Amino acid sequence: MTATHELPTNVKQTSEGGQELTSADVVAAGERLRELGAVLRLSENDALVAEREQVSDDETMIINMGPQHPSTHGVLRLMLELQGETVLRCKPIIGYLHTGMERTGEELTYLQGPTNVTRMDYAAPLFTELAFSLTVEKLLDIEVPERAIWIRMLMTEMNRISSHLLFMATNGMDLGAVSMMLYGWREREEALRFLQEVTGLRMNHNYIRPGGVAADLPDGWRDGVLRLLDMLPGRLAEYDTLLNQQPIWRERLQGVGAISADECLALGVTGPILRSTGYDWDLRRDMPYLAFDQVDFDVVVGSYGDCFDRYAIRLAEIHESMKIVRQCLEKMPKGDYRIQDKKVTPPPRARIDESMEALIHHFKIFTEGFKVPEGEAYVSIESPRGELGCYIVSDGSSKPYRMHVRAPSFVNLQSLPHLMHGSLVADAVAIISSVDPILGEVDR
Amino acid sequence: MTDIDAQGGEADTPAEIAPETLFDTLLTRSHEQLVLHPMREKYSSLLATLHSAGYHSVIDLCGVDYLTNDSRQLPEGIEPERFEVVVNLINHRERARLRLRVQVPETDPVLPSAFNLYPGTEAMERETFDMFGIAFDGHPDLTRILMPEDWIGHPLRKDYDVGRIPVQFKGAPANR
Repeated sequence: MTATHELPTNVKQTSEGGQELTSADVVAAGERLRELGAVLRLSENDALVAEREQVSDDETMIINMGPQHPSTHGVLRLMLELQGETVLRCKPIIGYLHTGMERTGEELTYLQGPTNVTRMDYAAPLFTELAFSLTVEKLLDIEVPERAIWIRMLMTEMNRISSHLLFMATNGMDLGAVSMMLYGWREREEALRFLQEVTGLRMNHNYIRPGGVAADLPDGWRDGVLRLLDMLPGRLAEYDTLLNQQPIWRERLQGVGAISADECLALGVTGPILRSTGYDWDLRRDMPYLAFDQVDFDVVVGSYGDCFDRYAIRLAEIHESMKIVRQCLEKMPKGDYRIQDKKVTPPPRARIDESMEALIHHFKIFTEGFKVPEGEAYVSIESPRGELGCYIVSDGSSKPYRMHVRAPSFVNLQSLPHLMHGSLVADAVAIISSVDPILGEVDR
Repeated sequence: MTDIDAQGGEADTPAEIAPETLFDTLLTRSHEQLVLHPMREKYSSLLATLHSAGYHSVIDLCGVDYLTNDSRQLPEGIEPERFEVVVNLINHRERARLRLRVQVPETDPVLPSAFNLYPGTEAMERETFDMFGIAFDGHPDLTRILMPEDWIGHPLRKDYDVGRIPVQFKGAPANR
């Protein structure tokens, strides 16, 4: 194959060896503008300013932040070019958590698939399972029962609450509001307790599977939901008092790391970051899946696209998710929690003792898996971090020929250079935190 | 799933008589999703057309290696090649999605980069390069993104051996 990329001739040297952030004076002018303006076309005026801003190499310093830095949410490494305290350029370096999950997905049957994909976004595992299952169901051309749809909605919204609570905790921790960290983890634990009651596990549930869900809701699930719904409003009001009203918190976040809607669209950025710019886009409402067209909720948007908006949107989305959960509680239909198609889902346990055929189906599904007709499909859902898509190519066998997951964090990370340009090093932490990347999903 | 609305208006054209086209490109439907099959040479100009038609975001870009899969359906006139680059675009205003499937031959795995129009494809093209060895002409920084820099081979190719690889710490003394 032909390699079109040639190594830069002039690479900055640090004590760690050569650093691939190309030295500023060998970067072609156009490319440099793209880097400065986060890869977007600048207006003539902006370009002039950028031209004037040009600094020579010996005034700047390159430092590495991460991969072991505690505020990089795992193993994100950032290469920062600094002039004094100001960040000029930034390059995210990822791959430290790469475990080849897309390749693993090709070796697992469709039934085993959710076990694999659930480990991608470990803060919101049910969403990846849902995207995978919806894609497989599209390829199979099957409809899951009503109850399964509503269980999926209930569980994913609960998961969205727990994921956003985790964001509240880590965002607080990154900015030094350590009490917020404790409160966030505390409430998240309550949400996880409900998920555990239903799925048996706190994380990596493997609960949503092609054909429905793994098990029906347990007895007393309504109490579990109500407990959370009763507890959260008071706690969220505490967050509001603790953070929104607090001058230090506002100073740290307001006006930091601003981005515009056009830039978000060009960069493919989705989710709370896109909404923080005032762009009204939520797949749950605009391209509804499951039964989101039958529930009533608001899409919360910001106006400045800064770190504070991204924080406030997530706080408000917890309220919206609680609204949806309450409606799921009211509207939860009776019926089967998975499709009764012997070729896709295993037969009920009791049937295996009575029927030879059921036993055979059971055996076939767990050894060989079920076959999926040839074709390809892409299905996307709104995860807490943005558009989560799954693209599967099937060759007619019981394993995906190609399984690709469009991870929102992976794409959202591209906004970092833009968000950070011109801000202070101290704000870098606030900006990473507000993007809320989950590195398991970034690296897959 | 109301993933894709009927778009383009020529949905009533019987497919047997004339092949369906959209934006002068062959169109097929896969589970009600619209799929365009541009030639490699037309890829860049199609992207420019789509961009001005309101498809402002490339939401996803990935590669597929069809080495061991000969069951795929392609419209008449599209020569199947080993690699395929799959691009998902979204039109927020019309709430429509489009998917492009571009054939990329094994002997010359190069595709023009979409970076100038859609800067968001930067990381995705790097990932496709890393995993499949498909080069993107005009990409500002076409290096490995997920695998280590000195890695040999492209792991998602079907002829890449998934066998054992020597681990770095194999020489470390055992605990007992």
